[in-house]
Amino acid sequence: MIEAVGLTKRYGKTLAVNDLSFSVAAGEVTGFLGPNGAGKSTTMRMILGLDNPTSGQVRIGGKLYRELKEPLRTVGALLDAKWVHPNRSARAHLRWMAKSNKIAESRVDEVLETVGLTSVAGKRAGGFSLGMSQRLGIAAALLGDPEVLLFDEPVNGLDPEGILWIRKFMHRLAEEGRTVFVSSHLLSEMALTASHLVVIGKGRLISQSSTEDFVSRAAENTVKVRSPQLPALRAALTQASAQVTDADRALVVSGLDSEKIGEIAAANQIVLHELSPQTGSLEQAFMQITGDSVEYHTGLETEAAEVVTAAQ
Amino acid sequence: MTLLAVERIKLFTTRSPWWCALAALAVVIGFAAIVSGAAPAGELTDVSLTQFGYGFGMAVIMVLAALSVTTEYRFGTIRTTFQAVPNRTAALLAKTGVVATLSLVIGEVAAFGAWGLASVMRPEDLALNTTAEWVGVAGVGVVFALASVIAIAVGILIRHSAGAISLVLIYALAVENLIQLIPKIGKDIYDWMPFHVADRFLTGSGRAAAEAPLSQAGSLAYFAGFALVLLVISLVVANKRDA
Repeated sequence: MIEAVGLTKRYGKTLAVNDLSFSVAAGEVTGFLGPNGAGKSTTMRMILGLDNPTSGQVRIGGKLYRELKEPLRTVGALLDAKWVHPNRSARAHLRWMAKSNKIAESRVDEVLETVGLTSVAGKRAGGFSLGMSQRLGIAAALLGDPEVLLFDEPVNGLDPEGILWIRKFMHRLAEEGRTVFVSSHLLSEMALTASHLVVIGKGRLISQSSTEDFVSRAAENTVKVRSPQLPALRAALTQASAQVTDADRALVVSGLDSEKIGEIAAANQIVLHELSPQTGSLEQAFMQITGDSVEYHTGLETEAAEVVTAAQ
Repeated sequence: MTLLAVERIKLFTTRSPWWCALAALAVVIGFAAIVSGAAPAGELTDVSLTQFGYGFGMAVIMVLAALSVTTEYRFGTIRTTFQAVPNRTAALLAKTGVVATLSLVIGEVAAFGAWGLASVMRPEDLALNTTAEWVGVAGVGVVFALASVIAIAVGILIRHSAGAISLVLIYALAVENLIQLIPKIGKDIYDWMPFHVADRFLTGSGRAAAEAPLSQAGSLAYFAGFALVLLVISLVVANKRDA
């Protein structure tokens, strides 16, 4: 439903998005992952026609955004919950949006009900908490009952109940056949929400696959082995061309799956006390894959590296 | 048409238009009261004197107009607007239309209010007899409307509230008068400065009618043309720029 081909955006000397091509399908929640400064928000703005790409195109259902008649009926987006005039009431904000796309005014009350803001609809938006502003933004995205939904960090500022609500909500929207494109930094949340991932770094596409594939491809799938005969085991495994690392009274083996290791141990009459496969987490996968592409490094690189090795 | 309704909702669901309208009325009518009160008996026969404060009312209107655009940029709702209405020209023209209409109404109410108050306070010959006198009063609304178009164009170009307001106010209230101080060519340039030309349209002041380069109607056309050119430039820029 969303097709980007060769998207490039240059701001002066900075190349924010560099020849980015990806596609987002309907009927599932697709996550948009990337470190800070990777170009996620810029890409989303280009999808909505707010920023003009330096080159390349992005189409929604085959059309450019500006070619859509009454675009809010096709694409609903929450890019930034703060894009509301603080002196305007929540209801007035939704009213003018609805009017601009000839959406019935009753729809305003419906979406306010859906996000749970009916009681504060008449209050000025400047007095809203972050969570309430976020929900107002979600309400605005839902106004036109659109097929395509774009969310830029929707769980920002939501309490656990809110996060659960929006996760279920996005799943339901996807089940209804809509296209849901979510960008987030909360990797653990993304693992639970998205079934497909588009990962970018420094403006370039790094990977586009299902969440499972991404995690299994990126993280080191290792096997932890404990045995009373570690040196013999290490020798046998190294001979079988596995990479073996010493861990606390155990060995971490990569390059062989647990069945093979068990067989090698049996063939060499080595007793095993533990043979457990360690699957990577999304966080590890993410850090590993985007390690080179982080735009703004903090001084915490050593600690970040520790996260990657944490499971071992 | 829908877009006009949209901009109307936007304009009247914030507080500043109400305050600016009130301020503009107070200033123009207040000045008329002061002028009527201060003039010695029998001397207040020129209708245009009742509109003495229109320049200050116009400044308030221009602030209202500039703010209607710059606050959209400041709070990011311009992006929401362009997301809802990708035809940026249509959206901005609708906004200009609504604000200009409001300015027209405020201007007319202020001008006739000022004239009315002066007539009541000093019932000497302040009746609206000649065309020039009618233009002097009813024209205020038109000047307000065109001034608001100029302010919106500046707001779109500069996008920054404080910058746009400063520029608009300083220009409208001071710069044109100061241009006259330029040696040799100052007075000639001044003849063609848009707000001075608007003033000529209303009051026929400045150089004597015979010497002035533009007639009263010509002055209005010039001022309107200036506003239009500025608006077109701002629309082109708004379309090409990132939101």
